[in-house]
Amino acid sequence: MLKQIEGSFAVAEAIALCRPEVICAYPITPQTHIVERLSELVRTGDVGNCQYINVESEFAALSVAIGASAAGARAYTATSSQGLLFMAEAVYNASGLGLPIVMTIGNRAIGAPINIWNDHSDSMALRDAGWIQLYAETNQDAVDLHIQAFRLAEQLSVPVMVCEDGFILTHACEQVDMPDSEQVDSYLPPFEPVQVLDPAEPITMGAMVGPEAFTEVRYLAHHKHLRAIEVIPELSTEFEHIFGRNTGGLIEPYRSEDAETVIVALGSVVGTIKDVVDEMRDEGVSLGAVKVVSFRPFPLLALREALQNAKRVIVVEKCLADGLGGIVVGSVRMSLRGTSTPVYTIIAGLGGRAITKKSLRRAFNEAVADRLEDPHFLDLDWKVIDHELARSQEKRRSGPIAENILRELGLVGGKPV
Amino acid sequence: MSQRIKFYQTGTLTVGNRLLDAKDRTVQATLDRGNSLTSGHRACQGCGEALGARYVVDAAMRWADNRVVAVNATGCLEVFSTPYPESSWQVPWIHSLFGNAPAVATGVRAALRAKGRTDVKVLAQGGDGGTVDIGFGCLSGMFERNDDVLYVCYDNEAYMNTGVQRSSRTPPAARTATTPPVGNSSGNVFGQGKNAALIAMAHNIPYVATASVADLHDLEEKVTKAMGIDGARYIHVHVPCPLGWGSPPHDTIRLARLAVETGLFALFEAEDGEVSDVTHIRRRLPVEEYLKPQRRFAHLFRPQTDADAIGQIQSIADRNIEKFGLIGRNG
Repeated sequence: MLKQIEGSFAVAEAIALCRPEVICAYPITPQTHIVERLSELVRTGDVGNCQYINVESEFAALSVAIGASAAGARAYTATSSQGLLFMAEAVYNASGLGLPIVMTIGNRAIGAPINIWNDHSDSMALRDAGWIQLYAETNQDAVDLHIQAFRLAEQLSVPVMVCEDGFILTHACEQVDMPDSEQVDSYLPPFEPVQVLDPAEPITMGAMVGPEAFTEVRYLAHHKHLRAIEVIPELSTEFEHIFGRNTGGLIEPYRSEDAETVIVALGSVVGTIKDVVDEMRDEGVSLGAVKVVSFRPFPLLALREALQNAKRVIVVEKCLADGLGGIVVGSVRMSLRGTSTPVYTIIAGLGGRAITKKSLRRAFNEAVADRLEDPHFLDLDWKVIDHELARSQEKRRSGPIAENILRELGLVGGKPV
Repeated sequence: MSQRIKFYQTGTLTVGNRLLDAKDRTVQATLDRGNSLTSGHRACQGCGEALGARYVVDAAMRWADNRVVAVNATGCLEVFSTPYPESSWQVPWIHSLFGNAPAVATGVRAALRAKGRTDVKVLAQGGDGGTVDIGFGCLSGMFERNDDVLYVCYDNEAYMNTGVQRSSRTPPAARTATTPPVGNSSGNVFGQGKNAALIAMAHNIPYVATASVADLHDLEEKVTKAMGIDGARYIHVHVPCPLGWGSPPHDTIRLARLAVETGLFALFEAEDGEVSDVTHIRRRLPVEEYLKPQRRFAHLFRPQTDADAIGQIQSIADRNIEKFGLIGRNG
């Protein structure tokens, strides 16, 4: 049913349709609306037999989910940014224990400087924590990917993060085709755990493993992700049969088959990139795009195939490895190993900076002419950078950089000193 | 409450079940005990925690007719009981992290409730580090929500699993690997202390108790009582550690008893935030009696007696005795 709805509410309603048995909630912007809406849905009985637990930290939120999942319940939580880092230890633990928890990440920057707006620093920081990571381009994606996430998680006994851009998606009202409960029930069977804490059959979970078997345990986790590479497209196909939409899969190419230049990106910025591709195509530039839906596991072969005709590749990403450049680009380059295809990195949208079509066009044109520096920081204000670098060289106690820059921009306080 | 059975033996430290009617004997004394923490584990000889845990889990299992799920924090108890590929646990058992056992237990409880399994009880346990330090946020959250979990802390007064470093339960002046008595310093600082049972009581949870491996009947009785109560419950068990305290393995029970008899470890129960019962000291002893047999306090007696430090420790014991009324009429 088509519904004009805020992204967070759409996700909350999709979660409710998946009938989680335990939901753990701790507020952090911008995911908060999801758990707020779920608290209502649980109290009105729309989630069925579900325990909603307000906890005292994100570390506790995921820990409660770990206990619930180990006891055989379908468990869900959501977080963002600092919250994800605060629960980092439990993030690794959940995957290590093989617990199929689903967690929404309302993607947000990591401080300092504290910043509540969107980029991918949070989920990227935990990209190799053993969780599957699916990135949503639209709120329709977000809704559909959550339904697939429970199925995928429970089929493979591996936790899944569904990452959606904070504010850009979580707080955007747009039309979403909301599934009905019959559809979801036919797609997502009740959770049948492979291991469960049951007095009738006592097992030990979380035993210590030393050097004699640790590598084997870790390999089996690797193996699960390799299996996920096969399972994710299958689940997407099955999803399409029931819901009529081909959401998901590993990647989604857009006019990339014959394109000389292919842009690789994940999340909501793909929508903007598609518009730019259309416009520049109209102007005769041979451009296409590939959306990466599954970042972990990374679809090395599928992406390699999608990029095989490209003369150059541009990765647009909302995260930064200081001193190195992009993070996504490393995996993209790995998928292109053995080829001589040049790969450019555009770092964009950090801390919620708007990524405009105009700026993307300028950068894409530079790349098409093979003039783009790598990495390229989209819309970087060099005046501010140069001023701050000069100022900090003048005296040792130059003060906090963030505040100095705000002063330089005239946003706070007096004039720069 | 049933009448407390007291043992007034002198000249021996053996407290025999044989002196009791069969129905009053400990769960451990029965042939059909659960052996939830069964033999073959790697605990040190004389480990107070292994002893305490065995009594606690079996008493809980007895009460719940074996329908118990146990959650364990990282620590000695976890490490010595589950070296891959072996496990000493004959109870569904999960270890997740050092600081999240209360939250994991909340999750297990929530799952069982969602599935209508209210017959299964949830027991969480950890050492003093996992409980009173790194897990304290989760513990307080579990208390505040009054989640239906019995949490048991085995307090051996330092991080023993990592090699005897100071915890917030380490007593003043004690030597640990991170509080060495060097120069003029006399081991651990004289801080304010951290009485987790009192903090638990401040949450007004239905049941809080302290217990000691010196009185295993009392420990079992408290576990049994706690199992019959709904909501968040906390039992703080004093468990000497021969390795960390520098004491002979055969002195574990004796030291636990001396901690009680000197007033350094007060045994009490509290219901709904109010102290409801106190175990009185039968024969009050000076703290030196407790300190002297332990190498962690040896620097207080050699090369010369540190009367100042010992005096301060005595005043802590005196304050406990006064605060909890440990010298009673029938004491």
